[in-house]
Amino acid sequence: MTAVHLGMPTLPTAPRGVGHLRGTRSFPDEARDSLRNGQLRANLGHATTTIRGKRAGVVAELPDWEQLRQAGAALKRATMARLDDHLEELERQVTARGGTVHWARDANEANEIVVRLAREAGAREVVKVKSMATQEIGLNEALEAAGIDAFETDLAELIVQLGEDKPSHILVPAIHKNRSEVREIFARTMPDVDPDLTDDPRQLAMAARAHLRERFLRATFAVSGANFAVAETGTLSVVESEGNGRMCLTLPDTLVTVMGIEKLVPTWRDLEVFLQLLPRSSTGERMNPYTSTWAGVTPGDGPQDFHLVLLDNGRTAVLADEVGREALNCIRCSACLNVCPVYERAGGHAYGSVYPGPIGAILSPQLTGVEDNASLPYASSLCGACYDVCPVAIDIPSILVHLRAEHVEAQTHPTAESTAFAALARVMSRPRLWRAAQRAAGLGRFLSRGKPVLPRLPGPAAGWTRSRDLPTPPAETFQQWWAKENGGGRS
Amino acid sequence: MKVAVFATCLVDTLTPQVGIATVRLLQRLGHEVVVPPGQSCCGQMHVNTGYRRDAVSIVANHVRAFAGSDVIVSPSGSCVASIHHQQAQVARRAGDTALAEAAQELAGRTYELSQFLVDVLGVTDVGASYPHRVTYHPTCHSLRLLRVGDRPLQLLRAVRGLDLVELPGAEQCCGFGGTFAVKNAETSTAMLTDKMAAVLSTHAEVCTAGDASCLLHIGGGLTRLTSGTRTVHLAEILASTDGARTATQVTQPAVLA
Repeated sequence: MTAVHLGMPTLPTAPRGVGHLRGTRSFPDEARDSLRNGQLRANLGHATTTIRGKRAGVVAELPDWEQLRQAGAALKRATMARLDDHLEELERQVTARGGTVHWARDANEANEIVVRLAREAGAREVVKVKSMATQEIGLNEALEAAGIDAFETDLAELIVQLGEDKPSHILVPAIHKNRSEVREIFARTMPDVDPDLTDDPRQLAMAARAHLRERFLRATFAVSGANFAVAETGTLSVVESEGNGRMCLTLPDTLVTVMGIEKLVPTWRDLEVFLQLLPRSSTGERMNPYTSTWAGVTPGDGPQDFHLVLLDNGRTAVLADEVGREALNCIRCSACLNVCPVYERAGGHAYGSVYPGPIGAILSPQLTGVEDNASLPYASSLCGACYDVCPVAIDIPSILVHLRAEHVEAQTHPTAESTAFAALARVMSRPRLWRAAQRAAGLGRFLSRGKPVLPRLPGPAAGWTRSRDLPTPPAETFQQWWAKENGGGRS
Repeated sequence: MKVAVFATCLVDTLTPQVGIATVRLLQRLGHEVVVPPGQSCCGQMHVNTGYRRDAVSIVANHVRAFAGSDVIVSPSGSCVASIHHQQAQVARRAGDTALAEAAQELAGRTYELSQFLVDVLGVTDVGASYPHRVTYHPTCHSLRLLRVGDRPLQLLRAVRGLDLVELPGAEQCCGFGGTFAVKNAETSTAMLTDKMAAVLSTHAEVCTAGDASCLLHIGGGLTRLTSGTRTVHLAEILASTDGARTATQVTQPAVLA
């Protein structure tokens, strides 16, 4: 990393041992299992195909979509260039409106702040609006360790929590479950559920509603994330589809919002762009049903105690990487997940982080340091579908390639692969050696004993020949043919 | 026009018939073809696997090999995309500004085959004849990095006797992805399986594309399944005439109900 070359101290990454940014196994190992789960494959294939179609439909309606997208990208770039100034402005504005701002260097600090606030408020349970940031830092576990129950109120998060499962999608955390599986979870875990509950979506929604309503009404303490924070007005914003977020944001006495520092936009007007980009890209809707905005505390209306926790947890380190920093522009729409052929097949759990899919493959390794998530940058065929749908035009494939290089360059000892690639580079940059190597490769045809394809190969090539044939190398390369045709080959 | 062909390392070594077809096609269209002998690889495999430092010398060799060429044509969307989007960047990151500028300049003279035919030469009917049922897979880098759009389809529609059938889910990746196919072999295979299912559902005899690498992947899967559908590069189809067929193109059209 550039910072190291300049002799500057390396910026801290997200700490180990807390939160959900690291898996226990590599992506290929996780995928090996999930690819064999036929139910998962069917659920994901169905869900992503549906959302893909919806998104494509509503995006096509806007003649200025590309301009909007470029505007979103430009706003994000400009914001990141002066993020420190904007954050201080946000702090001033939130404070001026009666809120309290806390700065959390990492997951541990953020968890400590929220637990302390809950204790001070005397809360034994908290209701939660769906929030990626609190999943990232493992807040529920921290609250549980402090004897405080956390209730997820987003329908999909509720399904995941009741099923003692993990979220597998940014927008639809339970995308890997179909409705009959959801019915089974509700029937098993909801105390007062109707025993005749069917898998009719309306019945399931009504069961969740009854289950949650009781919790909303007795809750005194809520924790939310934020989609946006407007620096100039100190406004926080959450966009959602269900209204459960609105309940959390308005009913309890105390509201704590945990927000990654990159979620900020400088001005109120900037929301104009993002509130058009986000719903069309995420749920495939023209406008999301609920957009809540609040600034500080309003006497007699809503929570009377408001805290904003600004979370770094590796983000400053990401910001320091000239290529990788674009990942911070993400507005968590999950369009890249829905179009990704790798995500669609391997599923979200294979990424081992709360941020799955293409954006997760560039965000998680940067937040943790690439060596802690070294397999993720390779979990892509670089097909580029993610870039095409990204509403803020993040060049995900280029960042994946960049992170692969960061991983390779972080190795202190040569590996078998690096030795092979270095040797190949030497050969490929010297035409005479290259032609000799090609002749050697041509000898591979003796392996096939006259058959058109090679036998299954050992070593790294086995990954290829387990499921695909390799043609027997031809007796003559293209350049040999050309040389023969043109008497000596000089043109 | 004097046209230099960049075969790509893969075509040169494993599928020379694609390079030969490219030469034959351009010659048939009345152009003088040269094959600069110093050529090897564009460096994409190194860059995309994380070896961007090692790639610098490969880029330098490529720039040297084609320094004297006015127009370079290559039968690969992926390699041309790497020349356009990666080579200069790799050189610049390594601090070699002169190489970066030379690579940038070379990229401006380098065309993918279908773009060269349609945009530069302005032809869609290249006089080819290929009496087969064919489906076209738009490879990811042709589609999303080079934006070749429907140029290959325009060319295929003008081929005599060719029965072009639409490939369902055409824009989905086949799962090749260079070293992805080895490092994430199982996910790659899952993607390939769905691509093969789509190809086979068309009952095409031939699946074509503008990249020999993706075709190696799809074709390797199809022969492993002992499928009757084979992969043929776009250049080979466009090079085919009634009088001249290469050895891989001798089958007669299947009779379909």
